[in-house]
This record gives sequence, C-alpha cells and structure tokens, in this order.
Amino acid sequence: MTIKLLLPVLLSALMLGCTTTPLPEDGAGGAPVETRSGGSTVTQVRAGDLDASGLPRALTDPKSKLSQRSIFFDLDRYEIKAEYQDLVAAHARFLVDNRGFKTLIQGNTDERGSREYNLALGQKRADAVKRSLILLGVREDQVESVSLGKEKPRNTGTGEAAWAENRRADILYRTADGRGEF
Amino acid sequence: MSKMAANLVTDSLEIKLMSRIARYFFLLCGLLVATFAQAQLSIEITGAGADRIPVAIPNFSGDSAIAQIITGTVRSDLERSGLFKLIEANETGLDENSPIAYADWKARGADAVAAGSVRRTADGRVEARFRLYDTQKETSLGGAAYVTGANQLRAAGHRIADFIYEKLTGEKGVFSTRIAYVVKSRDQFLLQIADADGQGAATALASAEPIISPVWSPDGSKLAYVSFEKKKPIIYVHSLASGQRQIVANQKGSNSAPAWSPDGGKLAVVLSKDGHSQIYTVNADGSGAPQRLMTSAGIDTEPRYAPDGSLFFTSDRGGSPQIYRLPPGGGEPQRITFEGSYNVSPRPSADGKTLAFITRRNGNFQLAVMDLASRQVQVLTDSGKDESPSFAPNDRMILIATEIGGRGVLSAVSSDGRIKQRLSVAAGDVREPAWGPFLK
Repeated sequence: MTIKLLLPVLLSALMLGCTTTPLPEDGAGGAPVETRSGGSTVTQVRAGDLDASGLPRALTDPKSKLSQRSIFFDLDRYEIKAEYQDLVAAHARFLVDNRGFKTLIQGNTDERGSREYNLALGQKRADAVKRSLILLGVREDQVESVSLGKEKPRNTGTGEAAWAENRRADILYRTADGRGEF
Repeated sequence: MSKMAANLVTDSLEIKLMSRIARYFFLLCGLLVATFAQAQLSIEITGAGADRIPVAIPNFSGDSAIAQIITGTVRSDLERSGLFKLIEANETGLDENSPIAYADWKARGADAVAAGSVRRTADGRVEARFRLYDTQKETSLGGAAYVTGANQLRAAGHRIADFIYEKLTGEKGVFSTRIAYVVKSRDQFLLQIADADGQGAATALASAEPIISPVWSPDGSKLAYVSFEKKKPIIYVHSLASGQRQIVANQKGSNSAPAWSPDGGKLAVVLSKDGHSQIYTVNADGSGAPQRLMTSAGIDTEPRYAPDGSLFFTSDRGGSPQIYRLPPGGGEPQRITFEGSYNVSPRPSADGKTLAFITRRNGNFQLAVMDLASRQVQVLTDSGKDESPSFAPNDRMILIATEIGGRGVLSAVSSDGRIKQRLSVAAGDVREPAWGPFLK
C-alpha cells in the first residue's frame, strides 16, 4: 500500500499567520497539499518524498520547523514555556490538516531521583503538550502522551547542561497506515 | 542467553571500623574468604563490625572437591552477612559424628563449630550432612542433611548457612533467596535473577529498551515489571520457570510501578489513562478492568502494600513529593514524611515496623529508614544517588541501587547502616534491585 502523498509544503516559523488550504482527506491518510502565500521561508518538498521511516520529509527534513520535535522544560516544571508555543502550534496545525496522522508524545526527565517518580513527572510534561495540541484543534484520538521518565536520556552526561537537554517532551509521528516513528 | 548473563561480582564488603584490633582480625578473615571464593568473586574487606559471632567451619569430610565448594559457600555466606567472624580451621577428617573437642575450639576462639560430610548418592546426587555445636554450652544445636544435584552444590551450602545463621542469631537466613535486578550493558537491558550473593546469574529478559521496577510475586515464582519495548511503559507479569509473559496493564498513556497485593491476586499499578499518574488495582492474571483506588489532583505513584494491607505511596499532592499511607480499608491517606522536600520510593519491611525510602538531603539522594511507631528517621548512607530500596525477607539488609565512580552498582546495607556490601558487573550498570521472598 502506498501513501498518496502529494506536495507537503514546509511550514515555517511564520506559518501561523499564513493561510493553509488542505485538500480533502484521502482514504490512505496521506499528507495533503498545502498552498501558502509565504515567500522566502517556504521550502518546497517533492511529491512522494518520503524518508526511510515512511514519513513525509516535511516532518523530518532538518530545514522544516516540523522536524523540531522537542519541547524543553525547567527543573521540576511541566508548563510549556513561551518560546515553544509556536512550535507546538505548528505541530497542531499539521495534525489538524492531516487527520490521518497520529502522534506519540514522550515525556522525559533528568537523571536525578526516583525512576518511578520521574516517570510520573515525564508524564506530566507529555500531558502538557497533549493538552496544548488538543486546545489547538487536534483530535484526542490523534495523540497519546506517555512517559519515558529518566530511562532514555538523550544526553547521558551529568551536570546542568545534560540535565536541561533531558527535561523534554518529544513528538513522534505515525501515518494512518502505521508507518513512522512508533 | 546464558552467555549474555553478566556475572555479578561481590567486590567490596565495607564494615565500619570499630577498632584497630578488629580491623586486623577482619583483614585476616578477608584473606581467608578470598581464597575460598570462586574465580570471578573478588571480595574486598575494608573495615570491621562489632559483636560478630566467632564460628569455625572445618572442611567437611568426603570428596574434597565437593566438600570445598559446599564449605566454601557456607563460609563466604556467613562472612558476607557481617554477623560472623570465621575462625581458621584447616583440619580435615571431622564429620557430623566426630566427637567435638569443645575446650580446644573454645581456646581457639570459636563459639560455634559446624562439622559435616559429603557423599554421592546412588542416583548421582550429593548429600551433605552436618551438625552444629555450641562450644560454650558444650552441646549440639542440631543438624540436617541436604540432597542436591551435583551441579547445585552452592545451593546446599546456602541451605547450611541458613541453618547456622538461624540457630546462632535467632532470625531466618536469606542465603538461599534470590535477587532480581537490571543490567544495562552497551545498548542492552537485561533482567537478571541471581542468588542473594550475586552468583549464578541468569537472564530472564533481554531487551533493547529499558526495563524498570521489577517486583517478586509473594510465592517467588513470578516477576512483575515495566518494559518499554513497545516505546511506552507497559506492565508485564513474567513466570520465571516457563518464561511465559502476560501483559497486565497496557492502557492509553503510561503503565508503571507495579506492586503485588499480599495474597498475590492483584497488583497496585500506576496508570495515566485518565489524565495523570494515579493508582489503580488490576488482577494479576490480566483479567478485568483497572479499579481506581484514589483520586488526587497531583502525581500519585510508587504504591507498596504493607503486610496489614495498608498502602504506602509517593504523592506531590502537598506541593512536593512525600510519602503517604492509605489505611487497609481505604479512607483518607495520611502523610508520613515531613523532613525535607523530596521523600520517595516507600518500602515497608516484612514485619511492618519499618519503612525504607529515599530522601534528598543537600541535593544527595540517600537511603533512610523510619521506625513507623516513633516516626524517627535515620539516614543510612552517605552516597549521592541511591534508588529503589528493597528489604531482604528477614528485614536485616536493604538492597539499593547506587552509583560509585559513575557506574551503577547494587549495595546491600544492614538496617542499622553498619554493614555494606557491593555488587557490580564488570561492563555495565546494575540497577533496579528486588530481593525475592524466602525459599518455600
């Protein structure tokens, strides 16, 4: 089964002010065309351009804002900081425009303290991202929030720089036909 | 799988120094034990405890290779407990029927002597017989015979050590019990089971994703744990003999922190399916729907049943993570910990009198115990990253995960904080210890 992926145009940091016109959803749940009035900040992606995981490059190309999947948190905190609101909104927009796509939000913590308490703290971070996405129109059945606690540190070092990198929620994507990152 | 089983090594036994004389004695004992230890065992002794019972275990008579493994296991078990001082006893030829020269043993400083023999049975197994004597009262304290397979000689040694321990201390020994723990080695997570001394490690589960929070069923036949193999935490119950695994909680969101009910029929678990981490019960066979136990606005996690059916857990409902207790019949949970802003991982002792937990003091995470009657708290370690305490079934020792030199190791700490014993693997981190129940 092939994804009928048309032409996803990359969403940029400026996308919130732009107009986006999704095509009607197709049965296979591919990403629809988005036509935008944006100028220099738009990167064009070739039709059918999927990466190895089967996701559109709009989600994985480093030049695309949607390739930014991490929201970072302060120590012992789980509210989304102002600097990440745009990023969460960009992901919300993609999910609203692509109802076939699902996400898994994985919450993470730094290495200090109880594994199970950290698991609960990571869950709060993932839940915060999930709540924001739903407030922005994403459907409940498109999002699952889970926690990896301190079990999967991105930075295995110790000290504040490493800890800050690990206090994080990551957004993983999956297509309607089950391809993707989880 | 056995090739992947990382062998635990007992690499240190630290006992707080009481006096120079005691240290001298202890070093001698350390050398003695080291010679009896198996090849991969390296026991380093750095201090001495007070009031250790001096005991002599001369080599059992019979096949000397067999006798050496069994008596060596008995000696190293007793030594490692920190409660015994081994009196050198190189003589051979003594067995359970030999007359005991009480005055001689007393003169050599031994309060107790065990003598025995080993022999092969007609069906190829090994029988070890022994008798234990009190040299002060000049009397026998009883004896026993254990028959084991020829490849389970250390199990016979553990049984004998348990017998001696119980006769001389009045408490049940835990040398025949098993521990579970997780080894992280390169990119692999191994859930392993070993004897309480870290020997005979076997891998129950190997996974590319983390495994946490193993807990033994009350009958010792199963482990419940959290595995991330499906990219999210899911709770499994794993039958050790058959290797059969059953998912008991896989709700939307996270599933974690399993704790067996005292009768083994249910598990308290933490689910986030209804919004945030809350405590539910599920049937241990995976049947039925989860039942919510309590409702709070914050995080509730790390449930653990006490023997009376009350439930200890961690909650941030008061603004910081603290330990609470839910009475056996339900009702309003009471807060148990008040000192400091981070008290987590409650573990009630088997006798229900003590609570072990992890407390943060000056940024360090340390093992502490609370006497539940007086609410008095004692911090037992001076380390920085203690986690996941687990009582031995006789409540005498508490096994924790900690970090030494940037490496995850297990440490067994006596409930009075005096005796410390370290278990580590050569290449990898050890964490998430769980001490199993008494052998049935």
